[in-house]
This record gives sequence, C-alpha cells and structure tokens, in this order.
Amino acid sequence: MWERILALIVKELWAVWRDKKSRMILIVPPIVQMVLFSFATTLEVKNIDIAVINRDMGGHGVEIVQRLAGSKDLVRRVRMFSGDAEAAQALASQDVLMIMRIPPDFSRALDGGKTGELELMLDGRKSNAAQILEGYVTNIAQQYASELPTHRGLNVVIAPRAFFNPNLESSWNTVPSLTAILTMIMGLVVTGLSVARERELGTFEQLLVSPARPIEIIIGKTVPGMLIGMAEGSLIIAYAHFAFAVPLTGSVPLLYLGMAVYLAAVIGVGLFISSLVATQQQAMLGAFTFVAPAILLSGFATPIANMPDWLQLITQGNPARYFLVIIKGVFLKDMPAAEVLAQIGPMMVIAAVTLSAASWLFRHRLE
Amino acid sequence: MRLRPLFALIRKESLQILRDPSSLLIAVVLPLILLFLFGYGVSFDLRDSPVCVVVEQSSQPAESLAASFQASPFFKAHREATTAHCKDQLVSGSINGMVVIPADFAARLNGGDPAPVQILVDGSDPNTAGLMQNYLSGTVLVWQTIIADMQGLSSQGRIAVTSRVWYNPAKQSRLFLLPGLVAVIMTLIGTMLTSLVVSREWERGTMEAMMATPLSVPQLLLGKLIPYYLLGMAAMAATTVIAIWLFGVPLRGSIWALAVVTSIFLLTTLGQGLLISTLAKNQFVATQAALFSAFLPAFLLSGLVYEIASMPPPIQWFTRIVSARYYVPSLQTLFLADDEPGVLIPHCLSMLAIAAVMFAIVIRKTPRRLDD
Repeated sequence: MWERILALIVKELWAVWRDKKSRMILIVPPIVQMVLFSFATTLEVKNIDIAVINRDMGGHGVEIVQRLAGSKDLVRRVRMFSGDAEAAQALASQDVLMIMRIPPDFSRALDGGKTGELELMLDGRKSNAAQILEGYVTNIAQQYASELPTHRGLNVVIAPRAFFNPNLESSWNTVPSLTAILTMIMGLVVTGLSVARERELGTFEQLLVSPARPIEIIIGKTVPGMLIGMAEGSLIIAYAHFAFAVPLTGSVPLLYLGMAVYLAAVIGVGLFISSLVATQQQAMLGAFTFVAPAILLSGFATPIANMPDWLQLITQGNPARYFLVIIKGVFLKDMPAAEVLAQIGPMMVIAAVTLSAASWLFRHRLE
Repeated sequence: MRLRPLFALIRKESLQILRDPSSLLIAVVLPLILLFLFGYGVSFDLRDSPVCVVVEQSSQPAESLAASFQASPFFKAHREATTAHCKDQLVSGSINGMVVIPADFAARLNGGDPAPVQILVDGSDPNTAGLMQNYLSGTVLVWQTIIADMQGLSSQGRIAVTSRVWYNPAKQSRLFLLPGLVAVIMTLIGTMLTSLVVSREWERGTMEAMMATPLSVPQLLLGKLIPYYLLGMAAMAATTVIAIWLFGVPLRGSIWALAVVTSIFLLTTLGQGLLISTLAKNQFVATQAALFSAFLPAFLLSGLVYEIASMPPPIQWFTRIVSARYYVPSLQTLFLADDEPGVLIPHCLSMLAIAAVMFAIVIRKTPRRLDD
C-alpha cells in the first residue's frame, strides 16, 4: 500500500513539474503575489497633504503647524489657505485629507490662560486614515499645551506603548500573515488543478482501473499539495524574517506543525472542489470563490472582533483564522506551546471534516 | 452599418452568458458574496474592543477613570488588580490593549505631580493598535477635562481640539468600502467574464465561424461589448440599490454622473477583457490573466482598502495604469460627497486614456483573416 502511495506522490509531483502550464503557476504567481502583497497591503498613513487656515495673530498657531509639518513620514506637504472656500474645495477634490483652522484669538487665549480652540475638518471618504491623522494632531496639540507656562490642569501623563511591535510597523503584521494567505491559494490551486487535469486528459479513468484504492488516490493527491504548500510557506517565512527583519520570537517547529494541519484543512477543500468540477478553468474559479471570502473573514485585512457576532461565529469554521493567530504569535509574541496547540485543535477538526467530506464525494462520484 | 446582424450577435452573446454556470458564478454569485461580506464583515470600526483596566490601588480618581473606560461604547473593559493576567491575554489575543492606573495615581494627582497612566496596545495588528491608542488616550483626556471642570481648574492654558468628519460624520468604514467595492464587481464582469467567454470561442473554434460571416471587425467587437456593458450597468444598479437600502450608504451625487463614470470605467475593463482573450485564446490562461491583471489590482492597488500614498514609489507609479484607482475615489465621492468636478473630471480623463490604449491594441490584434 505505502509503495503505491509513494508511487502516486512521485507521479503527481512529476505531472505538476512536467506540464509547462502548471510549472508556471507554481513559480511565477507566488513570487509576484509575495512581493506585491508585501509592499501594497499597508494600512499605514503616510505622505499626506493637509490644509491650514491660520488666522492667529500670535506665535502659537505657527508653532503647532511647524510641529505638524516636521512629523517625519506622516505629513508630506502643508498647504496654507486664506479663505474657507478654497480650503473646502481642496478637501472636496481630495487634494488634502484635512483642514486645520486656527482662530484669530488662539494665541491670545493660550497666553491669557484660557482655552485655545483648534478646529479640524477631515475627509470621511477615507475615515480610517482620517481618524489616525486626527489622533496624531490631537497628540501634538496636547503635548504643546502641556509645555505652556500657563498650563495648570490636572497633570495626567499618558504613556502609550505598543507590545510586540513597538513602532507599529505595518509589514510586521502583513508579511508573516501572507504565509497563511498565499499557501491557501497554492494548496487549493495545486490539488484542484491536478484532479481536473486528469479529467481533461482522460487519465482519471486509468487511475481508477489501477490497483490503487480511492483512499490511496486521495492521499496521493493530498501529500504533494502539502509539500508544495510547505515549500512556499518556508519561502515566505524566510522572506519576512530576512527581507523585512520581522523578529521570529517563538518556536519554529510549532509554526510548521500549525502549517501542516492548516494545509491539510485547505487541501480537503481543494479536493472537494475538484471532485465537483469538470475542467481546470472551473477548478480555478471554484478555488477563487472559496479564497475571497476565506481571506476577508480571516482577520487579515480587518479584525474579526469588528464583525457582528453571527459573522464571528461563521469565522470559526475558517482555518485561516486560527493559523493567522499562530503566525503572529510565533513571529511577534513568543507564544507559549499551550496557546499554539489551542489554535491547532480547531484546525484539526476542520481538516478532519474537509478531508472526509472530500473522500466521501470522491468515492461517491466514482461509483 | 446594418443593425440586424448586430442584434442577432447581441442575442447570441446574451444566451451564451446565461447558459454557462461559470458565467453565473462570476456575474451573480461572487458579486453578492463580496457585497454581503463587505457590508457586514469588513470593517475598520472598533466595536466592543476587549481591553483590560488594571487599577493597582483603589482610590476615588482611579475608580472614576476606570469607570469611564467601562462606560465607553468602543471598549469592553474588565477590571484586574495586577498586570500579570492581562499580559497573557494580550499574548493569546483575547484583549487588544490594557490601561494601567498605577498605585500612586491619586497621591500624585492630588499633590500636583505628573500622574502617569500607561496605555499598552497589541502591536501585532498595527492599524487597530493605532486606533486603540487614540481612543484610549481620548477617553483619558475627556475624563481629565471633566474632573478639571469639576475642580474649577478649567480653561487654564489648554487646547481644545474639535473635529468634524465631512461626508461621513459617524466615521463608518462601510460607507467608503461599499461604494469602492462596485469597482471590484465591475472588474469581475467587465474583465473576467468577458475574457472567459470570448476565449472560449477561440478555444472551441467558433470564432473562426464568426469570421466567415459577413460581419466586420468593429461589428464583431460591438456585438461582444454591448451585452457585457448592459450586464455591467445592471450589476452596478443592483449593487447601488443594495448598498442604499440594506446598508444605508447615501447617494449624494446624481445618478447620471454615476452612470457616465461607470460607463467610462466599464470601457476600460471591457477593453482589458477583450485584450486578454485575444492574446490568450484559452480559457484557463484567460482566467489566470484576468485574476492577476484585473481582480487583484482592483482590490489591492485601487485605494479601496489600502492607502496608495503609503506604498513604495514604484508601486505608486504602477497604480497609475490601474483604472480602478481612478474609479474607486470617483465612486466614493459620488456616493458620499456630490458630483465633484475636481475629482471626477481628471479621473474620467485618465480612464478614457487607458480605454483608448486598450482598444487600439485590441483592434490591431484582432485578426481579420485566419492566415494573418
């Protein structure tokens, strides 16, 4: 039995490698995806233009504008306007993300020990970026106020700190997470295409009349997908650690254990899709229909905690959700083994369900 | 140009779309899945974000500060006496941040010394962490102002920042994500569906049969374009209705401007779809090419979710040839702001230029004879 499975695995790897089309799919898209995703999927707010209407007679308004302009990456250009209408037009045309209006008595109020009012108008068409900017401007203003000699409030000092990623580098989150996203695409495409290719070429029948039993055929189709997925995963882990200098604080063997279980769950889905379709093109579309929601509901782009409760419940069936926790945990948080295993558990259940559903459908369609 | 053969062609093409399960998947199922996921699931808005408030020593000011975290709609705050347990929860990801009010908080505050409050967030999700820092420190600042007012210390050399968010006062990310999603759905229909169906004709050889008919190349192309254009406009209308009625997105611009801008964008996607199928002539390759050259860029490089201004310069430069990059801000403006010519006109001109290039290549590359 093991000999037959081994022969099937070797045959499968050869088939993927020898076909020019599948060899292309194995090499070009993953590398393009890895580079493109790692640079493009950033939620950081950088290089923005802001508008300032400064009616203030004294120096405090100018001082605050200069502190804003001096912020290294955030603000690219400060555009001064004299009239409200022109500034509003610049905001409407999306030339600036924010208007800051400093009223005439700003400095007088601050010097006289009163409250100086700063008015911000932000573009709600980019409300996520606008909120980050708003928080930043508020911080600068509070910091400035607390340095004033006339300042006499309660002296609460806020000491903010970010654990696991002190500079809040966007790439520390996204690049390791690609291990889950891209290996999912790879696992689905490789298994989905391999069955569909046999169908298209008519070799599927030959496989059926061979002495191999259905379960052996399924193992023979699963293992190559896992091997190829693990290879791609290793490439991304190395890319994150060496090219983006993301620290790898936790246990790498645990990360690989998580990846193996994750890929088993994903390949189960791939086999399920491939037993439903007739052509390679349909297999591609089927895989794609699964991947898009699976990525959106994984916590990769936006947090699961922001979703409504019923949708959070649905995400519990998504293996990517658990593997992402493991990836971030092992890379950034030095996650203890017990925590990692607590995430692997649900993935094992999902893998058992998808693989047995796939083999049932496989046998069902054969008979 | 005689119209009857053209109508026959349009009818044939429409029947072809309706008969194929892959087409229905792309034109109906996928857009609906994406629409509901973006309407319900994809959100940047903090909601009941779990945090841990550590009060090291109970005192009147510490208790009132802790209470203001527990009352906030953005957080689901639970109390702890030490940081040890909270740190484990931060590692497992069951909380997003913690606030530490030190033991000497009340003593320092009453003595007029600087009284530190520590705000610690989980940096493994940097965007949420940044928002958490803002919301948590905002809560402390509001509390501070209220207490200072009560003690008669108000307006002593303070800066009050008031902010208004135009077009989207409640700062709901859904309001800018859903209009932008129309661009992805139009890409699915304009590029992916078109390239798939046309490449199937090449694959099966029916394209050769078409060439044997008395139709000219422009007629052939028009016969292909019109059904997909109508399908795209219908999908746009359906998406708009769902976005407005189900998800409460406003439409502040005019329907006419929306139709014109969408038509121009559809031209670019249809041109791309025809181009892919003309070059690939194979369904499998066409599906791959459409995924990589149209769907992924519409998602990643259009400014829909990710900020173009924060990408490295080569990628920013590359986004200029992605037509969705012009369509997404146009949609967000049309839905949330108004028919703002300062946004729409330059974006439409850029899209027209892209469409012109696409069609020029398609017309050059579409063979008039088989032995070309």
